[in-house]
Amino acid sequence: MASSTFRLNGEKREVEVPPETPLLWVIREELGLTGTKFGCGMGLCGACTVHMDGQAIRSCVTPVAGCSGTTELTTIEGLGQAGLHVVQQAWIEHNVAQCGYCQSGQIMGAASLLAKNPKPTDADIDFAMAGNICRCGTYAKIRVAIHSAAAALAAKKG
Amino acid sequence: MDRREFVGQAAVAGLALGIELGAEGVASAKVMMPPFAGFKPGAFLTIEETGVITFVLDRVEMGQGTMTALAALVAEELDVDLKDLEVRFAPADRVYVNPQLGMQMTGGSTSVAAAWVPLRKAGAAARELLIAAAAAAWGVPASACQTKHKTVYHAATGKSAGYGELARAAALLPIPKEPKLKDPKDHRLIGKPMARLDAAAKSTGTAGYGIDVTLPDLRVALVKRAPAFGATVKSFDAKAALKMPGVEHVVQISTGVAVVARRFWQAKAAAETVTVDWDLGPNAKLTSEALMERFAASAKTRSDQFDGKGKTGAALTSASKTLFAEYRVPYLAHAAMEPGNCTARVTKDLCEVWAPTQGPGLAQQLAAEITGLDHERVKIHTTYLGGGFGRRLYQDYVVEAVELSKLIGKAVKVQWTREDDMRHDFYRPATVHHVKAALDAKGVVTGWAQCVVGQSIIAQAVGDWMRAIVPQWLPQGLKGAGGSAVSGIFKAFGQDPTATEGAEDMDYGIPALAVDYVYEEAPIPVGFWRAVGHSFTGFVVESFLDEIAHAAGQEPLALRRQLLADRKRSLGVLELAVAKADWTKPLPAGVFRGVAQHASFGTCVAQVAEVSVEGTSIKVHRIVCAVDCGRVINPDGVEAQIAGGIIFGLSAALGAEVTIKDGGVAQSNFHDFPVLRLTEVPKIEVHVVPSEAAPKGVGEPGLPPVAAAVANAVFAATGQRLRSLPLRLS
Repeated sequence: MASSTFRLNGEKREVEVPPETPLLWVIREELGLTGTKFGCGMGLCGACTVHMDGQAIRSCVTPVAGCSGTTELTTIEGLGQAGLHVVQQAWIEHNVAQCGYCQSGQIMGAASLLAKNPKPTDADIDFAMAGNICRCGTYAKIRVAIHSAAAALAAKKG
Repeated sequence: MDRREFVGQAAVAGLALGIELGAEGVASAKVMMPPFAGFKPGAFLTIEETGVITFVLDRVEMGQGTMTALAALVAEELDVDLKDLEVRFAPADRVYVNPQLGMQMTGGSTSVAAAWVPLRKAGAAARELLIAAAAAAWGVPASACQTKHKTVYHAATGKSAGYGELARAAALLPIPKEPKLKDPKDHRLIGKPMARLDAAAKSTGTAGYGIDVTLPDLRVALVKRAPAFGATVKSFDAKAALKMPGVEHVVQISTGVAVVARRFWQAKAAAETVTVDWDLGPNAKLTSEALMERFAASAKTRSDQFDGKGKTGAALTSASKTLFAEYRVPYLAHAAMEPGNCTARVTKDLCEVWAPTQGPGLAQQLAAEITGLDHERVKIHTTYLGGGFGRRLYQDYVVEAVELSKLIGKAVKVQWTREDDMRHDFYRPATVHHVKAALDAKGVVTGWAQCVVGQSIIAQAVGDWMRAIVPQWLPQGLKGAGGSAVSGIFKAFGQDPTATEGAEDMDYGIPALAVDYVYEEAPIPVGFWRAVGHSFTGFVVESFLDEIAHAAGQEPLALRRQLLADRKRSLGVLELAVAKADWTKPLPAGVFRGVAQHASFGTCVAQVAEVSVEGTSIKVHRIVCAVDCGRVINPDGVEAQIAGGIIFGLSAALGAEVTIKDGGVAQSNFHDFPVLRLTEVPKIEVHVVPSEAAPKGVGEPGLPPVAAAVANAVFAATGQRLRSLPLRLS
C-alpha cells in the first residue's frame, strides 16, 4: 500500500492503494465517482476515458502511480466548470445516448478533441473517436453532436 | 379478465390510493380481482396532493427508449408534459407482467406495442377522474371542462384547479370503465420528436447502472469460471490470495470459485493467484468446427429427403430447374457495454437485489429459490441497463450475487470482467441451413424447402422460465418439475419457433414452402440475441432469393416485387427504400448495390446497401433503410433503434464471431470480437412509412436484412456468393 496524490476535478486528493491500481478503480471505488465506466479493462473500448492534464486517457490501463501531486484529472462529473460543458449540452440536445453506458467516455473524448481542435472535420472526429465503442450504434449522432458543439464554441467566441 | 383492461384500471386505482385514501381504499377494492391478488396500489400512476405525478415504468430502460416512449403514452392522455412525470423503475411484481411475454420481462421488441392501449387508457382514466372531481366541486358539467398544464379549467366561470388539488376528491369517484382516448389528430406528443427523459442523466454521468450500486459495507466479488463448458471444480488453492490485502473469502459457488474482497482491484489481483484444479469434463476437446460439421451432416440427412416430402417435394421433383445451397452462421456474443454485475444483500428475512436485468420477475423467482424466502421478501431493484440485446434476460449474475451474499452474510456485488462476459454468454446459436428451390420452365419459383440445424434457444430457456411463469402458489419442487418437463417436450418434438421464424413465415408468395428445424444437442449456452432467429433467417432467405433471381435470369429487385405483389406493407418498404436509394441511377465506379427486405416483430424493413470491394476487404458506404412499424410514438427514437439494429447487424456481418476451442470460447475482448467503430460506420438513412396502424417493435427489426443486403452487393461487385457469416472474401 502506498499513498498517491493528484488533483481530481480541481480538488487535491490522496489515496492509499497499491501503485499499480488503475485510475478507473481509484476514481470509482476510492473516490466514489461512478460516471466513469468499466468496459473492457484493456484500453480497447474507451468507456473509462478521463482527462489527465487535458489529454483523453484510458483510466482502466493507467496506474495511479502515473500521477504526481500536480497531475490534474478530470472526469465527467468535473467536465462542466459552471453548469454543463458545451459537449454535454450538444449530447442532450441531439439525444445521443441510447443505453448511455459508453457516453461518459465518448463525451470526455469529444471534449478533449475540441479543446485541441475546435473545428474538427469528419476525418478528425474519426481519428479521435475510433477508440470509443458504442454497442447501441449512436455513432451518427455522436458525429452530429461534436459538430454542433464545435459550432456552439465558435459562436461563443464570436 | 382481459389484462389490458386490468392494467388501465390498476393505474386508476393507483391514483386513488396514491393520495393516501387509507390502506384499503374504496377504489382499489373494485379492481382487486383474482388472479391478480398480488395487485399493488399505485402500480403505474400516482398523483399526489403536492402535484407530483409518478409514473412507474414497467419495462426496463436499456437504451431502446421505453422510458420516454411509454411515459409519452401516459402524458399524452393525462394532458401533461413529459417532464411533468417522475419516472421510476418498477420493482418485481406480478402486476408488471408483460402481456405479450407472460412474464415481467423486456424483450421481443414488445414494449411499445404492449403498452399502446393500456398506458393511454391509464392516462385518460386519470384525466377523466380529475375532470369529474372538478366538475362536481364547481357544479358544472364535466363536458364543459378542459385540461392543460396539470390543471383542470372551466372557461365559462374562469375556475381552475391543479391536478394535485383535485387528487383526493378524484380518488373517491368511480373509475371510468371505458375512458375515451384522444383522436390521433389531437396528439400533442405522440408522433413528434421527443427529448429523451434520460438524456441529461446519461450525458452527465449521473444515470445509475447496476455497476454503480453501492451499499454500506459492500464487498466485491470476482468469479474464476470454468475454462470449458461443463467443467467442474475438483479443488482450489487460495492460500496466497487469502493473505492479500482486502481479501476476505475465496469460496466455491455454482459457477466457479469466487474471490471476495473490499475492492474490485483487490479481488482481481487475488483471483490471479488462485489456482483451480478443474475437471474439464466431456467437452474439453470440443471445437465449433466440429459442431458445424455435425450440424452440416444433419442438414444433409434432412435435405436429402426434401424431394420426397409433401407439396414442396412435389414442386422440387417436377421442377425444370432446382437450386441448392448451404448457409452457415456462427455463435455470437452480445457484448453489451456494461459487463455483467449484480448486487445482493441477503439477511434472514429479506433478500434485496440490485441488477441491470431484462427479467426482474425471473430474478425474483431465482433469488426466492436460493434463499428459501417468499416472493414478498425478495425485492428486485432494477437499474439502468448498459445495453441488453437479450443477454440480460438471463439471470446468472443474479444467482451468483444471491448465493454469495447468503454464504458470507454481507452485501456483495459480483462484477464480471469483459473476458467473463465474452466467454460466459448465452450465445446466438450457430446454425447450418440447407435450402432448395424449385423453378418452373419460365423461371418462376414454385417451391422452397429449407432446414435450420442447430441448438435450441427455447429448449435451454424454458426450464428456467417456466418456473417464473407458472403461478407462484405452486410448490417450488413442482415448478422445477414443470420446467424440465416442458424443456423435454421441446426436445422430443424437435420444435423451436425461434429457429425458423422469418423463414417459415416469409412474406414471399411461394406456392409450396416448407421450413424445418433440426434439433441438435451441444453444451454451448445459447440464447436470445437481438432479432433472435431473424438474425440468421434474414441473411439466408434474402441471400438465397438473390441466388434464385440470378439463376432465373431476373433482376433481384424485380423478383422481389413479383413475389411481394400482394404484400402491401413489405412491397411498400421495398419501393420506398429503392426510391430513396436512387436505385436506377448509376453509382460511382467500383460501388455496387444489394437489396434485402425482411419483416420481424410486426415491422417490415427493406434496405439497400452500397458496397465496394478492394482486394478481400469489404467497405459499406451507405445503407438506405425503409421501415413500416405502424404508428410512430417518437420518430427520433425509431430512427435511433433502426440505425442501431443495422450497426449491430453490420458488426456480425463484417467481423464479429464466437468460435469454440478446447470446449470454451476462443474470443475474450474487443480485440478479437471486433464490433463496429465510428470509422467503419456507413452513412445510414432511415425512412419511415407513415401509418395509422397500431405500433409494432423497432428494437430488433433493423438488423435482419442488413447482412444479406451487403452480401448481395458483394455478389454484384465480385460474382462471389458469400454463404457464411461473417462475410469473408477469398
